[in-house]
Amino acid sequence: MAEAAAHDHDDHRPHGWVRWVYSTNHKDIGTLYLIFAIIAGIVGGALSVAIRMELQEPGIQIFSGLAQMVYGMQGDAAIDGGKSMYNAFGAAHGLIMIFFMVMPALIGGFANWMVPIMIGAPDMAFPRMNNISFWLLPPAFILLLSSMFVPSAPGAFGVGGGWTIYPPLSTSGQPGPAMDLAILAIHIAGASSILGAINFITTIFNMRAPGMTLHKMPLFAWAVLITAFLLLLSLPVLAGAITMLLTDRNFGTAFFVPDQGGDPILFQHLFWFFGHPEVYILILPGFGIISHIVSTFSKKPVFGYLGMAYAMVAIGAVGFIVWAHHMYTTGLSLDTQRYFVFATMVIAVPTGVKIFSWIATMWGGSISFKPPMLWALGFIFLFTIGGVTGVQLANAGLDRSLHDTYFVIAHFHYVLSLGAVFAIFAGWYYWFPKMTGYMYSPVIANTHFWVTFVGVNLIFFPQHFLGLAGMPRRTVDYPDAFAGWNMVSSYGSYIAAVGVAIFLYGVFEAFQKKRVAGANPWGEGATTLEWQLPSPPPFHQWEQLPKIK
Amino acid sequence: MRKFLASAEFLAGAAASAVLFSSAAARADQPREWEVTFQAPATDMMRQIERFGNYTMWFIVPITVLVLVLLLVCIVKFRASANPVPSRTSHNTLIEVIWTVGPVIVLLLIAIPSFQLLTAQYTPPEEAKLTVKATGNQWNWDYEYQVDKTFSFNSAVLQDADRAKAGKEDRALYPRLLAVDNELVVPVNTMTRVLITATDVIHSFAVPSFGIKMDAVPGRTNETWFKAEKEGLYYGQCSQLCGKDHAFMPIAVRVVSDAQFKTWLDTAKTDVPAANKALMAEIDGTNKVAAAGN
Repeated sequence: MAEAAAHDHDDHRPHGWVRWVYSTNHKDIGTLYLIFAIIAGIVGGALSVAIRMELQEPGIQIFSGLAQMVYGMQGDAAIDGGKSMYNAFGAAHGLIMIFFMVMPALIGGFANWMVPIMIGAPDMAFPRMNNISFWLLPPAFILLLSSMFVPSAPGAFGVGGGWTIYPPLSTSGQPGPAMDLAILAIHIAGASSILGAINFITTIFNMRAPGMTLHKMPLFAWAVLITAFLLLLSLPVLAGAITMLLTDRNFGTAFFVPDQGGDPILFQHLFWFFGHPEVYILILPGFGIISHIVSTFSKKPVFGYLGMAYAMVAIGAVGFIVWAHHMYTTGLSLDTQRYFVFATMVIAVPTGVKIFSWIATMWGGSISFKPPMLWALGFIFLFTIGGVTGVQLANAGLDRSLHDTYFVIAHFHYVLSLGAVFAIFAGWYYWFPKMTGYMYSPVIANTHFWVTFVGVNLIFFPQHFLGLAGMPRRTVDYPDAFAGWNMVSSYGSYIAAVGVAIFLYGVFEAFQKKRVAGANPWGEGATTLEWQLPSPPPFHQWEQLPKIK
Repeated sequence: MRKFLASAEFLAGAAASAVLFSSAAARADQPREWEVTFQAPATDMMRQIERFGNYTMWFIVPITVLVLVLLLVCIVKFRASANPVPSRTSHNTLIEVIWTVGPVIVLLLIAIPSFQLLTAQYTPPEEAKLTVKATGNQWNWDYEYQVDKTFSFNSAVLQDADRAKAGKEDRALYPRLLAVDNELVVPVNTMTRVLITATDVIHSFAVPSFGIKMDAVPGRTNETWFKAEKEGLYYGQCSQLCGKDHAFMPIAVRVVSDAQFKTWLDTAKTDVPAANKALMAEIDGTNKVAAAGN
């Protein structure tokens, strides 16, 4: 982008490191977010590959060696340290993928880049706040990574409580400073997201171009608006919960300490009151991206635009009242479980509307299968699989058998790893030419798709079987009967890792070859405002506001 | 299981089918290789869960196939080369109503038996005849029998070094990471209540073939129940991340006949290891008699 900017005739642009570190430009900040997400994604992905390497065979092979290498442990201490390290990898994988990969990519990256352009605004409402939103993330990430190298429980390093950090395992169970660092990391990442959410809500409500009513706004902007509200309402609850965790740990409070009148289950309620909207935070922007791509490459307007927008509103609203379906086995009363079963199933209706509307958008279209469309098609199908297993899990009676097994891992990776991540790659291949001005090699992009598609399905489909057979989550070793499907799953993860390498090579190749993309490489189907600007867009766009008819 | 296979060598004809049946029964209580479904149910509740799970498949598989077929039709019929001029349709109220109401009906069809199942799980059909309290610790279980003279013992994963001493060298019957030193012993066909709590962090008491899973939360006592239908050994694992050795705190339930349980209980009140040893000898003896009888 630095090269492209040379053609820009704005004299007030900052140059060099000042341009990035002091940036108040939504496109530059969006680029920073995307680079950050790629780095965090590689780290988080590497952690998951290490987990799969460990689980490839029964027994403890990888992590005792890793503990030896990283922590200098020997003998039995290395095996014990390895077990704890495995748990630390699991927790870090989850936290990194959620807070430092998917959210920065979709909200910080694509939304920062495209929402102001799409609604005809010159920039975000609060450009300086946008800067701090981004620059809070690297320290948070560093805090989280450094937590992996400080003590937690005796003989253990790193947060080993899963990304859900349930007490008492996260309080009395791990007295060392690792958990404090992680809590601080989540606090800072959360603050960053809340600032970003305020920025998006203000921008979308106040800075739309003349004539762009809410009901004419592109669906991606709708998705980001709803996501921003979810962030604004749910993250403070998480902040409260982890603050209580922090004071329980360090200042003698007893919010979650049962023998002093506290209740560990209270934390789970608070956590999932954040955690469930959070999963919609991860997927809603993806819904928006998929709508644009399906419409663009079918050369048809989005089918049922209002239904699509309000389906997302409904998903966001209902998403706040279903949290305890993560807690069916905690001892909730029968009536409570009945309510949460019912409320959870309701979400399937607006989700179904979205799936069918995407198909209806394609129906009668003139579809070209460019890389973004491939990823979008993959998204729709795989998200459907994750969706229907979600309907199964919604039933508390059935969840009794599936809760905390690999079935749940399979389910949420189908909606996130194969849903949200496919949406991210779809968005990447859709907007890469716009953001950089260069066209990538479609052959590399297609190869990336097929390798990833095969890899992730091999990883996660067999995990349904493991879950049905009763294999619990988050175990470093497993009974030998689970070996077969675990081996398949591990091989899948190596294939998916090759996919990541192909992706990175594709990016490198595009910058190297410098094929000029042009303002609108996708043709008549691409109707949103970003395609009216040159690629890459000027440093400041819409100095003359576009008029929307 | 090896026992059954060994006996199969000298048994022939009709007897073989009985052996196969027993061998299936012996396998029903633990995960199998390349398994793609639930473990075989050992309680009526698990059978209900399995039935409901299969019932939901009748909806979710067709829905997934429908989405796949519609996508394939779009890909084939509406690809740019086959359909160069796109339609401009972006509304059709009827179809939008159909794909909103359709899922509502499907969900209702799922919800009704779902609520029945959930209610059944919280409505034990009869009073419990035996109450056992399971207490999760990092990383083992304490089982307390709340009988006339309350007694308790600890149950931890069976170490390979202890297999010979415990007489548990049969790895098919006592699998690695599932077998324990002292099993939870319960009588067959008896309503058993399990009270579940924990001393340190949250654990979860789960036996897949019984269809039960309940978190063990410090400061709370949760309750679940089961009524095992067949004698045998049934395995589960702690199902809530509880620290370093989360993978190494299995749950093993030995379901025995009423008479065997009574004998075991009488000895166990004072001497659990002796009671277990006697019980295992008795079960082995019965199996041998049964095999010879065949």
